[in-house]
Amino acid sequence: MNKNIKFVQGNEACVEGAIYAGIDFFAGYPITPSTEIAELLSRRLPQKGGKFVQMEDEIASVCAILGASLTGHKVMTATSGPGFSLKQEAIGYACMAEIPCVIVNVQRGGPSTGNPTHVGQGDINQARWGTHGDHSIIALTASNHQDVFEMTIEAFNLAETYRTPVILLFDEAVGHMREKLVIPEKNEIPIVNRLRTALKKGVDYHPYLPREDGRLPMSDFGGDHRYNVTGLLHDMWGFPSNDPKVVKGLLHHLNDKISNNIHRITRYKEHYLEDAEYILISYGSSARTAIHIAKNRRARNEKLGVLELQSLWPFPKEMVREKCRNAKAVLVVEMNMGQVLAQVKACIDRPETVFLANRIDGELITPSDVKSILRVIQGRGV
Amino acid sequence: MKRTRLVFSGSGGQGVITAAIILAEAAVIYENMNAVQSQSYGAAARGGSTRSDIILSDSNIYFPEVTSPNILVCLTQEAYAKFSPIIRPGGLLITDSKFVQTFKKIDAKQIELPMYETVMGKIGKPIVFNICMLGALIGITDLLQFDSIMQVLKTKIPSYFIKMNEKALKTGIDLGSQQRQSL
Repeated sequence: MNKNIKFVQGNEACVEGAIYAGIDFFAGYPITPSTEIAELLSRRLPQKGGKFVQMEDEIASVCAILGASLTGHKVMTATSGPGFSLKQEAIGYACMAEIPCVIVNVQRGGPSTGNPTHVGQGDINQARWGTHGDHSIIALTASNHQDVFEMTIEAFNLAETYRTPVILLFDEAVGHMREKLVIPEKNEIPIVNRLRTALKKGVDYHPYLPREDGRLPMSDFGGDHRYNVTGLLHDMWGFPSNDPKVVKGLLHHLNDKISNNIHRITRYKEHYLEDAEYILISYGSSARTAIHIAKNRRARNEKLGVLELQSLWPFPKEMVREKCRNAKAVLVVEMNMGQVLAQVKACIDRPETVFLANRIDGELITPSDVKSILRVIQGRGV
Repeated sequence: MKRTRLVFSGSGGQGVITAAIILAEAAVIYENMNAVQSQSYGAAARGGSTRSDIILSDSNIYFPEVTSPNILVCLTQEAYAKFSPIIRPGGLLITDSKFVQTFKKIDAKQIELPMYETVMGKIGKPIVFNICMLGALIGITDLLQFDSIMQVLKTKIPSYFIKMNEKALKTGIDLGSQQRQSL
C-alpha cells in the first residue's frame, strides 16, 4: 500500500493541492458545496503553522486574504455562486492592486441561492466579467481529483507569476464525489514562490514599476518599505493618478500581462483527439461524460475525441481553433445555457459546425444526453 | 475489463453513504482497484431517501454515476420501490427483510436477509446495521476481502468501536455466505 494514495472528495484534493503549493492563510465563510475546503483547512492549516479564519461573510473573507497576501502569505478562499457574487468587488481590487490570490468557486445551480446541493457550471462568464471595468483574469478548472490537485497548485503558481487573482472553477459533482488521489513527493511539481524586491530597507521601492520582463517584485507590506495600495488607478508609487498617460499605461499593463502570455497560461488535455472527425469540447465534471463517450466510440472505431479545457480564462482561442480545424462538427458539453459554446463559436473558422449538449436541471449530464444530440448532428436521427 | 456498478439505497441516518465510502476506499487503498463514489442528497440533515453510487473497476472510470447497477442494496421500502426497476438484468438485489417487502419478480437474483434483526439480536446497536450490510455483500459476492474493510474501519472509527464493527461485519458475512451456497 502506497502511503501517498488517498480516497477523497474533490474538495479535499483541492485542499491537498493548496497545501502542496504552500498555502499559509485561508479566510472563508462556509457554503455548500465548498464547505469541506474550509472545514479541512481549519484543521490542516494550524498543524503546519498557517492561519485559518472563519470570517463574518464572504466579502470579509476575500478582503482578509488580500491583506494577508500583501504581507507575504500564500492565500486562498473558497465559496460557491452566491458567495462568489459577493466577492466580485474585492476581486476587482485584487486585479487593480495586483495582489496574488486564489479564489475557489465550487459551482452549484444558480442564479441566486439556486440549487445548493446540485451541480451547475453557470459561473463561467461571471468568473471573467463578474467585476467591473477592463480587467484580465485567469480561471482554471478540472474534471478529476488528480487534476483538481494539480490545477490548485497551478493556480497558486500563476497567481504569484502574474500577480493576479486566479479563479478555480470547480463544480459540485467533482467537489463531492470521491476517487483516488496520489499525492506526489515534495519537489515533483514545481512551486512558484513570491518574487520579492532585492532592495534594502530604506532604499526607494516602486511597488508598481515593472521590471523589463514585465514582472513586479513585491515587498511584504508592513516590512522594509512604505508604499501605498489603492483600487484607484495609480502610478508606480501606488498613489492615485488620473494622468491620462498613467491611466492608459496601467490598463494596458493589467491586460497585457495576461493576454501576452495566453500560451503560457493555457492548460488542456486531449483524449483521442488526433484524427477525430467529431470533437467534444468540455471541462469540469461534464468532461467525464464526454471522455466516457469517446472511449466507448473509439472501441467501435468511430473517430470521436475530446478536447478538455483546463484553463477557461483567458480563453485559449488559438488552441481551440487549431485543434478543431479539421473537425466535421464540434459539440460543446457543459452544464449551463452555452457559456463556453459562445467562446468556441467566436473563435472557430466555421461557427455553424458548433453545437451545444447541455443540461441545466441540477443533474450531471449523462452519456445518453450527449449521445442523442450527437446522433442528430451526425444525421442519424433521434 | 472488470467493472461492478453498485447502488446503496435507504433512508438518511442508516449509514448507506458511509458504507459506500468504506467499500470504495477499501477497494482503492487496499485492493489496488479504481473506484468512484458519489451520492445525491437534498438540504435535509436526516430522513428522506438516500442513494450512493459506487463504481469499482480495474480501469479508469469517467462518468461517475450508476444508471443501471449490477448490485442494488435497498434498506427501505421507499428505496426498493424507487430503485428496483433500474437494476441491470441478471444483477443482484439485496434487501433487508424487516424493512422491505418485495412485491414483484424482477430479472435479478433477489436475496432478502434479516440483517437488521440479526444485528439487533446479536449486538443490540442499530448503528452497525450498515456494516452488517457490507459484510452480507462481501459474503455473497467476494467483491472485497474482509481485511480490507477492517483496515478502513480502523482508520475511520474510534478504537473502542472496532470490536463492535468487526462483529457486525462478520455477522453480515455469515448471513451472506449462507446465501451464496443456495445461489
